[in-house]
Amino acid sequence: MNAKRVLIAEDEPHIVESLRFILSREGYTVDDAGDGESACRSLAADRPDLVILDVMLPLLNGFEVLRRLRADPATTGLPVIMLTAKGQAQDRRTAEDIGADAFITKPFSNRDVVDHVHRLIAG
Amino acid sequence: MSGVSTDLLLGVCLLYVVALFAVAFWADRRMRRPGADWLASPVVYTLSISVYCTSWTFYGAVGSAARGGLEFVAIYTGPALVFAGWWWVLRKMVRIGRSQRITSIADLLSSRYGKSPSIAVLVTLLAVVACTPYIALQLKAVTESFALFSVPGAEEGGVAAFWVAAGMAVFTVLFGTRSADVNERHFGVVAAIAVEALVKLAALTAVGAFVVFGLYGGVGATMADMTPELLQVETTFDARWAVITMLSGAAILCLPRQFQVTVVENDDERSLATASWLFPLYLLVMCLSVLPIAAAGLRLLPEGANPDLFVLSLPLAEGKTALAIFVFLGGFSSATSMVIVSSIALSTMVSNHIVTPLALRARAESEAFSGDVRRIVLLGRRGSIVGVLTLGFLWHQLSEGNAALASIGLIAFLGAAQFLPPLLAGLYTRQATRLGALAGLAGGAAAWAWTLLLPATGLPPEVMEAGPWGIALLRPQALLGLEGLDPLVHATFWSLSANVALLTVVSLLREPSPLEWLQSAIFVDVFRTGDEDTAGVLRRSAASEDLFVLAQRILGAEPARRLFVDAAAEQGRDEGLPAATDHFVQRLERELAGSVGAATAHAMVTKAAGNETISLSELMRIADETVRIMEYSQEVERKSGELERALAQLREANARLRELDAQKDDFLSQVSHELRTPMTSVRSFSEILLEADAMDRPEAQRFLRIIHDESLRLTRLLDQILDLSVLERGQVQLPVAPTDAADALRRAVDTVRGVAREARAEIDLRIDEPELWVQGEPDRLAQVFINLLSNAVKYSNRERPRVWVEAARAGDQVVIAIQDDGPGVVEADRERIFQKFSRGWDRTDPGGAGLGLAISREILRRFGGDLTLARPETGARFECRLTAAERPADAAAAE
Repeated sequence: MNAKRVLIAEDEPHIVESLRFILSREGYTVDDAGDGESACRSLAADRPDLVILDVMLPLLNGFEVLRRLRADPATTGLPVIMLTAKGQAQDRRTAEDIGADAFITKPFSNRDVVDHVHRLIAG
Repeated sequence: MSGVSTDLLLGVCLLYVVALFAVAFWADRRMRRPGADWLASPVVYTLSISVYCTSWTFYGAVGSAARGGLEFVAIYTGPALVFAGWWWVLRKMVRIGRSQRITSIADLLSSRYGKSPSIAVLVTLLAVVACTPYIALQLKAVTESFALFSVPGAEEGGVAAFWVAAGMAVFTVLFGTRSADVNERHFGVVAAIAVEALVKLAALTAVGAFVVFGLYGGVGATMADMTPELLQVETTFDARWAVITMLSGAAILCLPRQFQVTVVENDDERSLATASWLFPLYLLVMCLSVLPIAAAGLRLLPEGANPDLFVLSLPLAEGKTALAIFVFLGGFSSATSMVIVSSIALSTMVSNHIVTPLALRARAESEAFSGDVRRIVLLGRRGSIVGVLTLGFLWHQLSEGNAALASIGLIAFLGAAQFLPPLLAGLYTRQATRLGALAGLAGGAAAWAWTLLLPATGLPPEVMEAGPWGIALLRPQALLGLEGLDPLVHATFWSLSANVALLTVVSLLREPSPLEWLQSAIFVDVFRTGDEDTAGVLRRSAASEDLFVLAQRILGAEPARRLFVDAAAEQGRDEGLPAATDHFVQRLERELAGSVGAATAHAMVTKAAGNETISLSELMRIADETVRIMEYSQEVERKSGELERALAQLREANARLRELDAQKDDFLSQVSHELRTPMTSVRSFSEILLEADAMDRPEAQRFLRIIHDESLRLTRLLDQILDLSVLERGQVQLPVAPTDAADALRRAVDTVRGVAREARAEIDLRIDEPELWVQGEPDRLAQVFINLLSNAVKYSNRERPRVWVEAARAGDQVVIAIQDDGPGVVEADRERIFQKFSRGWDRTDPGGAGLGLAISREILRRFGGDLTLARPETGARFECRLTAAERPADAAAAE
């Protein structure tokens, strides 16, 4: 059985690095994209099993990426975890409205992220 | 002496009377159709007010001028002053008259003083007593002028007077009592009066013109005859003159006939504006002819000719028959118009305040409220007209040839002037009470009768000389020992003093009754409160059926039905009678007042509706509150301008605050975001290190390095945020002193060299002068330059970035420009990059929080300079402008 693939859309290199480390350790294959547009390209080219999506992405913000992703029949059911550094209730509501499966505030606990990824990929 | 046959004169007279009847009839008919508004025009209104000019004015003014020089002018001055200067009193009277459906001066005073019947009766009696001689005077003028034509037959005078009186009675009954509603305009009468006003003016002016141009041969010659002996300038302008001016002014307000034409017949308040200048003008024209005629009469007519008839005897003596007949018609017009209007006014008062109440009381005892009251009212009014004219006629017969025209007129004036104190007090103060008005009127009337009226009608000489029963203090023309005054001045002084004193003292002694208090509020504040405001104060209950029966009897079946249907519709009822609400009862009473006067209407409605209950305290509260609210609202109005301005400022400040608040939220959320980002890496890698048992050394090393770098980034960020907030609040005064910008720039370039080398960038520094002194502080300047230089190195996308630095003097400024060869700043971002957290055109920079440019600009601005973005051909070019400074003397030593 092939390893499950996770796409990380995040513009902070150090955060990408930490996420890549903890998820690889759990056996996932990890790709990353540094801005909203390359994230969309990635999704269209090769559908991952889960997306970790930062809200404050350059070029195209995370909400917009999620909106497009849900609008596309190929990716409409794809599990998505939203990451935000702002942590405001309004952002959480927006994310839920658009259809995020989980919402994690920075700074996050590694365990939390891994648990969410497990649950969403298994479910 | 006469070339005119009695028959011709009678014929002309009869024709004129027929013409007047026709005018009145036609005007009455016209006004019932639409499109005849000119009949109610201000000019017709003003002409009807000239009923003031009676035969006394027409004939008597010349007589007065012949005897007393300029004294006659006073008769015109008073009214002219009132109309030109006191129009606001008239306006208030007219407004009240219309809103309260006032029928006469007696009704006005009674209504003001708590709808008091006793005041109405007293005023009516006083008016009748004062005016009867006045009416007799008109009859006398007509008969005397008539006698002048037909020399023999003095006994015919009485016959002529009888026929004139009878004719006037017929005319007045026909056109003055068409309907019971006195408040309805008498357009026929007014039109006839207006025609007569023109006739008398034209006649007098014609004689004047005849005298000036026919007898004297020009204006110059006429003026030459205006001798000081004739004018009596020396003696004219004394106390008597002032008193006559005042009395005539009071008369124009208080005489029943003047009240009738000015207030009752007023159709439009705005007509007063025209009357306020047109009426004085009319009086002026009337005046012009008087002196020439008097002078010519004294010069040309035989000794002993009656000066009161100079107007007529001059043309007769000169054989101008046609002119004489015209003059006769003028005098006839003056007399009849006065008689007609006076008898309408007096009969209204007599029937409303004396006859109808008596008749109602007599009937009420036998058959409570049955029969048509309207019939009684009309009958009473017609009977009163005949009665008033009969009185006048009798007076004329009994006192024939007793007094000069002018003095009878003045007696009437002073009688009517007694109404002035309660009138003015009632219109302008709340404190004047019913008892006060009664006492004042009674006292004034008694003094007037004793000092002026009775002496004129003939008291025994011993009473005049020694006083009644020998009491010298009560001598009619030296009351309480006041001797040596002109009788008129004496009587005026005593009667008005007594009147005013009693009114004041008695009013202050007793509180007004609730109804008086209410009425005084309505009158005094007529311009401020709507008349509907009082409806809620009077509480009465009545069966609508009773009220309907009552209304039918007074107004007539059809008008009553219309009134009730109207009221029912207003209350939202499709059929049936309206509910007898307080408001409706009030309205009904006002309608009835238009027919029978306020006092009677009030009595009748009260009878049907039961006694009203008015709580004094509630009433006072409402009345006073109204006044207070009015005053308050005026105050508010005055201040509302200021308030609006303040409000606008507040709104502006509020908007600004909201904006600032939004900016603050934005700032905090940005700060939170910027701090959380490095903390995320720190936490995540710490957790990895904590959990991992077996991890190779280099990897662990790398993770620790990241944690270390991110904590440095955190610190830097916090420093910057603090720096900016301190700078922005202006709490810290940056020390500003002459600083060598070239030196600071060199230090900054040295600092950045390490970073530049890493990025393989090349910095090209060109400083024009070794030292560039500016206003600033060396470390802060270096901070700005380092920020700009590292930006230039970082944001270039070239393999080998180049940075050019130039420093040069430009006038009284020093400009340091830092330019790169990167992609430059897009137009949309030019301003945004100077804002906080605007990592502008490149969001991938891992180190910055977007505060650098904001801080740099703030620092330079504190130094009196600025940081701007220029428009070079390639890359981005930032220019620091600083104020040039003198090189300090100790600069070399400092280095």
